Amino acid sequence: MSTTTAGATASSTSPTSKPVVTLKGATVRFAGDSGDGMQLAGMQMTNTSALAGNDIATFPDFPAEIRAPRGTLAGVSGYQLHFSSTEIFTPGDDLNALVAMNPAALQTNLSDLHDGGLLVVNQEAFDEKGMRQAGYAQNPLEDGSLRKYQLFTVPMTSLTRRSVEGLGLSQKEADRCRNFLAMGLVYWLYGRSLDPTLRYIESKFGGKPDLAEANVRALKAGYNYGETTDAFVSSYQVDRARLKPGRYRNMTGNQALAWGLMAAAKLSNKEMFLGSYPITPASDILHELSRYKNFGVRTFQAEDEIAAITATIGAAFGGAMSLTTSSGPGIALKGEGMGLAVMLELPMIIINIQRGGPSTGLPTKTEQSDLFQAVFGRNGECPMPVIAARSPADCFDLAHEAWRIATRYMTPVMLLSDGYIANGSEPWLIADVDKMPKIPVSHPGPQEGDEPYLPYARDERLARPWGIPGTPGLMHRIGGLEKQDITGNVSYDPANHQHMVNLRARKVANVALELPPQEVFGPERGSLLVLSWGGTYGACLTAVQAAQAEGLTVAHAHLRYMNPFPRDLGDIMRRYDRVLVPELNLGQLRQLIRAEYLVPAVGLNKVEGKPFAVSEVLAKIRELAPASKS
Amino acid sequence: MSTELPVLTANDFASDQDVRWCPGCGDYSILAQMKKMLATLSIPREKMVFVSGIGCSSRFPYYMNTYGIHSIHGRAPAVATGLKSVRPDLTVFVITGDGDGLSIGGNHLMHTIRRNLDINIILFNNRIYGLTKGQYSPTSPKGKVTKSTPMGAIDNPLHPLSIAIGCEATFVARSIDVHIKHLEMVLRRAAEHRGTSFVEVYQNCNVFNDGAFDYATDRKIKDDTIVEIEHNKPLIFGKNRDKGIRLNGLEPEVVQLGGAIKEDDLLFHNELAEEPSLAYLLSRMRHPEFPEPMGVLRAVDRPRYDDELNKQITVAREQRGDGDMNALFRSGETWTVS
Repeated sequence: MSTTTAGATASSTSPTSKPVVTLKGATVRFAGDSGDGMQLAGMQMTNTSALAGNDIATFPDFPAEIRAPRGTLAGVSGYQLHFSSTEIFTPGDDLNALVAMNPAALQTNLSDLHDGGLLVVNQEAFDEKGMRQAGYAQNPLEDGSLRKYQLFTVPMTSLTRRSVEGLGLSQKEADRCRNFLAMGLVYWLYGRSLDPTLRYIESKFGGKPDLAEANVRALKAGYNYGETTDAFVSSYQVDRARLKPGRYRNMTGNQALAWGLMAAAKLSNKEMFLGSYPITPASDILHELSRYKNFGVRTFQAEDEIAAITATIGAAFGGAMSLTTSSGPGIALKGEGMGLAVMLELPMIIINIQRGGPSTGLPTKTEQSDLFQAVFGRNGECPMPVIAARSPADCFDLAHEAWRIATRYMTPVMLLSDGYIANGSEPWLIADVDKMPKIPVSHPGPQEGDEPYLPYARDERLARPWGIPGTPGLMHRIGGLEKQDITGNVSYDPANHQHMVNLRARKVANVALELPPQEVFGPERGSLLVLSWGGTYGACLTAVQAAQAEGLTVAHAHLRYMNPFPRDLGDIMRRYDRVLVPELNLGQLRQLIRAEYLVPAVGLNKVEGKPFAVSEVLAKIRELAPASKS
Repeated sequence: MSTELPVLTANDFASDQDVRWCPGCGDYSILAQMKKMLATLSIPREKMVFVSGIGCSSRFPYYMNTYGIHSIHGRAPAVATGLKSVRPDLTVFVITGDGDGLSIGGNHLMHTIRRNLDINIILFNNRIYGLTKGQYSPTSPKGKVTKSTPMGAIDNPLHPLSIAIGCEATFVARSIDVHIKHLEMVLRRAAEHRGTSFVEVYQNCNVFNDGAFDYATDRKIKDDTIVEIEHNKPLIFGKNRDKGIRLNGLEPEVVQLGGAIKEDDLLFHNELAEEPSLAYLLSRMRHPEFPEPMGVLRAVDRPRYDDELNKQITVAREQRGDGDMNALFRSGETWTVS
């Protein structure tokens, strides 16, 4: 493939002849049909911005249908990217720029565009059929309704077709390059280098030189259009962010989980077994881990969710680092298996990438409504440690933490993420696995003589030993029936059952003994504590920062340990007049907090399949922490 | 590692737990033949794992002085899959029943068999739910009157061996709890087979379904109601060994030997047949129309899931080298903030 001409006119170093306006940051969304390649466009812009040194946060948003009917509102797919020269924690509330590839994309995304924002539209998609499908009675590009935006109508289809002329592509193939044209234009607007995307094209389409060349041409045509057309009078630049020094890469939450798990396996000197059944939005973990067989990772695509968890249990009995990945509906199916895992007291990790529920719900949309399921969703008194990741990069650290807890306490651990974290991305300060804390795991050795092995004897934290098959003298049987303390033999004795139920509960409560103190951002006491968990971290932190800048005495505590809670949480909450718990559910953490600590926490709750906007949280903070209090 | 083979007896395989099946239950015999057989395998006890689900048969692991998991209803094959995938060095038995294996756990049974994991699945078929006190099972005959079917079962029964063969089983066999020599032979063949061995054992539940297999065990008639099949031998049965099975087109038929019909005219068993059609045909022979085949219906060699899984790990390491975590983290597009 020839890319030798790349960059001459379009590298980041070539100066534009137009004025350049410097911005602190920008939020851009690519929106189009689900077949228009918007996710790819967004991801490329993300990588390019990350490589340019910006801090980034992303929010891909796509329909559950693989290909909804073309041009319909249901088929609109979007990818939102926030890049900044300062540290950021959310993909942005309002858009500074919207690229709409068709009328349906304009219709469904326009309300998020800031007044005066850049609106780049493929004008050729605004034909009668397209507008009818999007519900436009008249052409919005011509009726003045878009006057409050900076509207740029670009003939993307013909520009793309012209750019690939002579390559012998069919019209359909040519039109498929339109996303690269749109990308090129946005790259010009924000002064981005084409190089990372040119490298991507080469690696992705290297085997198909015609398609590679077509995409390169479309990308450059978009870039050059920005430079040459009179419509754009200036471009923008967003400087490098001052992040903590070090080497970074862009990571999605699911990739960070996969890599964190692999690191945990290595640090515990174990090989990994993943039992999993495909489900949105968790499947990417299965895909990612399946690539690393040379790391000793064994992945098993099970016949169903139940086989996935029970195979995981079998592998744990065999001594492997064992885990299963799913989302809410699959976790529901695993309920009985998780109960067995609690009863057997074997270490394993159960990962729930939450999505909109109940039932099949909103498979591709984010929600935090499985907290109750995680903490309680099993029959009997069945306690399990639950931890929750707060951002894509945080998934890496929590994978390590999950396996540490599982092995230290001989228990299954539930790790919660969500669709927003899983598919979203941010810069990850690359870890050095040699400097990460080891996870010590030991198995009792062979035993001679008639002394019976006691599989349910316990150490000071109430963890039992992990004796594994193949070890002479340790032959033992474990199962779902209640066990006699210490021996593990089946027991129906009433007092023993009471004792064992208490023991299992105490063991999980013991996890809190070695947790770090809960971090609090802001004043030690004051009018309001914002208590959040999971993927709402960025929105809540940013809102609290803004409120503090306004002079409100507001603090932020973000929970990663959902069961048991950090030991100091109750004391922390009592130091504030009020506690606000923003959640993408109807108040699950709020209920747990109220029940556990008798704190009259109030909620900010939303279940629209979307993350919180910073402005939503900030408005609630202002309402609860009046300025007079400060 | 010591290369000395352990010398074990059946008693070495007894755990310290009291066996709690009902007196007279067919399970006792299966337990006894299993222990006897295992003692002859030259495999140390710590290398053996018994995995079960829920049901009377699934208490089996508690009575074995090996490793064991008494898991949840129907899931033993999946538990065994995870275990064997990470520990191919272990000898793994799944103990299940007609309800556990074919009803609630049907899906796992099907997929475990098709993967041909190197494990042994022993299905105790008593054609009834015993532990829940007497409801009909997926192998109960149509019309069976039980607590949950007072007017008779209206479901068509499943036939375990036909299911296994339909799932591409590489080893399929059948025996009867009270035919102790035959049962021990079949269990041994199963243990020796590499790949998923599926064994159906006719097992009498003397409390809830007593006499379900009398036709096959009653000394007075059993010679006419079962046929012991052997590789490369014609299917001959009857007290006087004067009856045989002959193929008439694609259908088996019972014929009288002597006269015009010679042994060579009969159906010869071939457990090694690559095509499962013969095994399937045998699995369809049912009482009272036919004598029911006992023995090994099918034993063929196919790649095993656990081997293949671990082979991929080896190949990946050969081709790409042992994984280097830090190199992976630093691969692809990265940037440095100073």
